[in-house]
Amino acid sequence: MTGERATARVALVLVSHSRGLAEGAVELAGQMAPGVLLLAAGGGPDGGLGTSYDLVEAALGEATGDGRSAVVLTDLGSAVLTAESVLELAEPDVAERVRLADAPFVEGAVAAAVAAHGGADLAAVVAAAEHAGTTFAAVPPGEPATSAASGAEVARGAAVLRNPLGLHARPAAIVARMIAGYDARVRVNGVDAASVLQLMKLGAVQGQEIVVEAEGSQAVEARDALLAAVESGFGEV
Amino acid sequence: MTLDVAWAVAWVRASAATVAEHRDELVELDRQIGDGDHGENLNRGFKAVVAKLDALPEQPAQIGDVLKLVATTLMSTVGGAAGPLYGTAFLRAARATDVTELDSGGVVALLEAALEGIVARGKATTGEKTMVDAWTPATEAAVAAADQGAAPPEVLAAAAQAAADGAQATIPLVATKGRASYLGERSAGHLDPGARSTELLLAAAAGAAQAAA
Repeated sequence: MTGERATARVALVLVSHSRGLAEGAVELAGQMAPGVLLLAAGGGPDGGLGTSYDLVEAALGEATGDGRSAVVLTDLGSAVLTAESVLELAEPDVAERVRLADAPFVEGAVAAAVAAHGGADLAAVVAAAEHAGTTFAAVPPGEPATSAASGAEVARGAAVLRNPLGLHARPAAIVARMIAGYDARVRVNGVDAASVLQLMKLGAVQGQEIVVEAEGSQAVEARDALLAAVESGFGEV
Repeated sequence: MTLDVAWAVAWVRASAATVAEHRDELVELDRQIGDGDHGENLNRGFKAVVAKLDALPEQPAQIGDVLKLVATTLMSTVGGAAGPLYGTAFLRAARATDVTELDSGGVVALLEAALEGIVARGKATTGEKTMVDAWTPATEAAVAAADQGAAPPEVLAAAAQAAADGAQATIPLVATKGRASYLGERSAGHLDPGARSTELLLAAAAGAAQAAA
């Protein structure tokens, strides 16, 4: 469990048939989103494979404490059915702050956690999770930077990636979180810089040029901050 | 005649007995096209229900009270898809039976509410090789019997027979809902375990009504 410093308005509940899978997904997503309350509800009533109504109910209660909203991610069928049953019997003021995301379990959890860490609201966190299901198919690797951010107002720049492991999960999460702090739409080598998964999918390696295109009222600030982070090696080199 | 709270309790106890008796069969059916836990999960759930019934200081006042106890206990203890599905079925049935006695119309209302709960929770329809393929004809048969003036035991007997026929009719189907749907064409030729357990529960309801008549 993470969340000792949970400040995000939206928490995540990860419901899996496997206790190990739920806890692993919490660990993975938590590495990229330390400010988000992430709760695992994995395994059946006897601790084996299955889903537990009581575990899901307890996790949802904790997730929606302190006025937070919560997004629930599930793996297989009965996890969905159990989560829906808990919501049917929950108090209306709790149920209205909870959404079930129709998203891939691991990718959706990571994308939702990063979005929540960046301050996204309930609908945006759900959207981030559900978008994760299409991300991998939608972005071919190594695709040249497209000029989706075209026009006179685009702030452009480039820097060389210094990290020995390339643009892996941790720096990708830093980029996505950083972008969330600006009023700007930013693309990195042609993909949406707000999406950890799209950034990781680029497969950018050490020595590769990172091209930044930003637009919006804080385009210049966002570009400069991002290029500075790339040049600093994201604090890893 | 009408069915009372004692019938509801007898139904639940008979359900637990028949699930225990057919535990291995349900496990084997589920092993063929699912994850193999249906018999074990349902048996654990109904054992817990009986334990809760035994612990009650006195018999519940209304039929719905008995069914609600079944609903919440199954949800908490079953663990597989059957927990939320049967849990929701009994929960909706409980809301429809806030009474001390059921006539034939009341029995129909109970079955319709249960079916509606299963359909709402599982988002399944007939022909997808699920428990809906047993519950739907059962409910239709109950409606038809009640319309013809049958007493509650006969209404439930008609429902149980239709559930049994519906369960058998799942054998050639290719599953398009639930865990068996991952098998695609290979799911054909097997009896759906959820339809089979539905048949068992409705047979228990009919048997308890027969004994009360």
